[in-house]
Amino acid sequence: MFILKYIKEVYSGLKSLVVGLRRTLYYFSHHKEIITQQYPDNRDTLVFPDRFKGEVVMVHDDKNEHACTGCTACELACPNATIKIITKFDITPEGKKKKAIDKFVYHLELCTMCNLCVVACPTDAIKMAQTFEHSVYNRAELTKILNKPDSKIRDGVE
Amino acid sequence: MWSFSKISKLIDSWLSVNFSSTWTMVIEMVIAGIAVITLFALLGLVLVLMERRVAAWIQIRLGPNRVGPGGMLQSLADTLKLLVKEGMTPDGADKFLFNLAPFIAMIVAMLLMAPIAFASDFQLWDLNIGVLYVTAISSLMVISILMAGWASNNKYSLMGAMRSGAQIVSYELSAGLSIMSIVVLSGSLNLNEIIQSQADGWWLFKGHIPVVIAFIIFIIAVTAETNRAPFDLAEAESELTAGFHTEYSGMKFALFFLAEYINVFIVCAIGATLFLGGWMPFHIGHWQAFNHVMDFIPSSIWFFGKTFFLIFLIMWFRWTFPRLRIDQLLDLEWKYLLPISMFNILLITLMAILGWHF
Repeated sequence: MFILKYIKEVYSGLKSLVVGLRRTLYYFSHHKEIITQQYPDNRDTLVFPDRFKGEVVMVHDDKNEHACTGCTACELACPNATIKIITKFDITPEGKKKKAIDKFVYHLELCTMCNLCVVACPTDAIKMAQTFEHSVYNRAELTKILNKPDSKIRDGVE
Repeated sequence: MWSFSKISKLIDSWLSVNFSSTWTMVIEMVIAGIAVITLFALLGLVLVLMERRVAAWIQIRLGPNRVGPGGMLQSLADTLKLLVKEGMTPDGADKFLFNLAPFIAMIVAMLLMAPIAFASDFQLWDLNIGVLYVTAISSLMVISILMAGWASNNKYSLMGAMRSGAQIVSYELSAGLSIMSIVVLSGSLNLNEIIQSQADGWWLFKGHIPVVIAFIIFIIAVTAETNRAPFDLAEAESELTAGFHTEYSGMKFALFFLAEYINVFIVCAIGATLFLGGWMPFHIGHWQAFNHVMDFIPSSIWFFGKTFFLIFLIMWFRWTFPRLRIDQLLDLEWKYLLPISMFNILLITLMAILGWHF
């Protein structure tokens, strides 16, 4: 019957409105749920969400070794040419030539933090850091070399 | 005990001793005008801050917290900014109507303030057709909006104004019908007599389910009439930049902004008067002791408490529901609210005739 259908419609409409109102009233009355951080005041105690991405860094262990083989997968994956890898050839103890990175150049000013390079890396050499205070006075300072001076590729990483 | 009515009587007797009756009248009118303007300014400051706080807490944010202690002076700072801004009039606009529109919005809001009883025996104008007056004057609001939209010579403004016209004209009906249901129950158009009829319990509790339905319809209809979300199609900032006040800036914009909040206050005051007993304390039937304890709380606190509760309700709606489309808006009115409120008023009339309410 159409009058029953009408009443049912009104009832379900009102019910759905009440569901929304209850959710917002919950947030209104539960101030501990507030996620705002008063940034400059709490610089020391900032809490970052897990997925926050600030810049690309290369992971170095305490022996100043990294896992980058210089395969340029990240360079190919980058949509706006943020990464440029300059390779060189190392001589292995057996006298063979082996490709290794000379400079891992990273242009922070071009980076959109899309995370594609980190996904593309086969050896997990790079990752996203959670730093965000990137302002500098000179644009050239934004072009960074990610591998530390005199760092070597870790043994066993191919 | 300290009360508004005593202060007004004191001023009245002092004036009538010192001046002739004509001058007493004139001075009292000036005082009333100044009091209304002061109330407007205060309400504007308080309601804007309240709106931003409610919005922030509902959206899990903090809200204004930098200007003054706990952000209390934020709206004052905003007002100062608007005061020193240039009030531009666009080249192609109809200059006279463009500049007149914000003042009409304010005048309508001021006129609506007249019959509202703020406390017991404290009213600007004890009008025997108070309810009729309020419904008549509140429909004038649409004129200022249409005027602003038409005179701006801007397609967004005109579209906003047209939407607002369609909206206010249609929602006036169900708001009027739900107001009428209380008039049927109390048997009077005088706001003071309506309040007096609720001395043994507010209509919302005395009138069973039909009055609760009328109250819900009233709240929905006045939210639409004051152009607030989810019915803010006249402004619709995501579609029409700002609707009818796109071209306004500075103090002229502030007048529209203020008029919106004053209108919200007024419709909530009317709602509180009709359904929640205005300044009448919370009384339950004939429990003398309980009623006596409730009488100790001053009537002005009851009035403002109820009004601000309803204002919170309307703000709560605004920050919960998404905006309706124009056809959904008219569907809601003509297919749901109007038939339901028509059926409802029949029920209430039956109830009033047979004396089924408490």
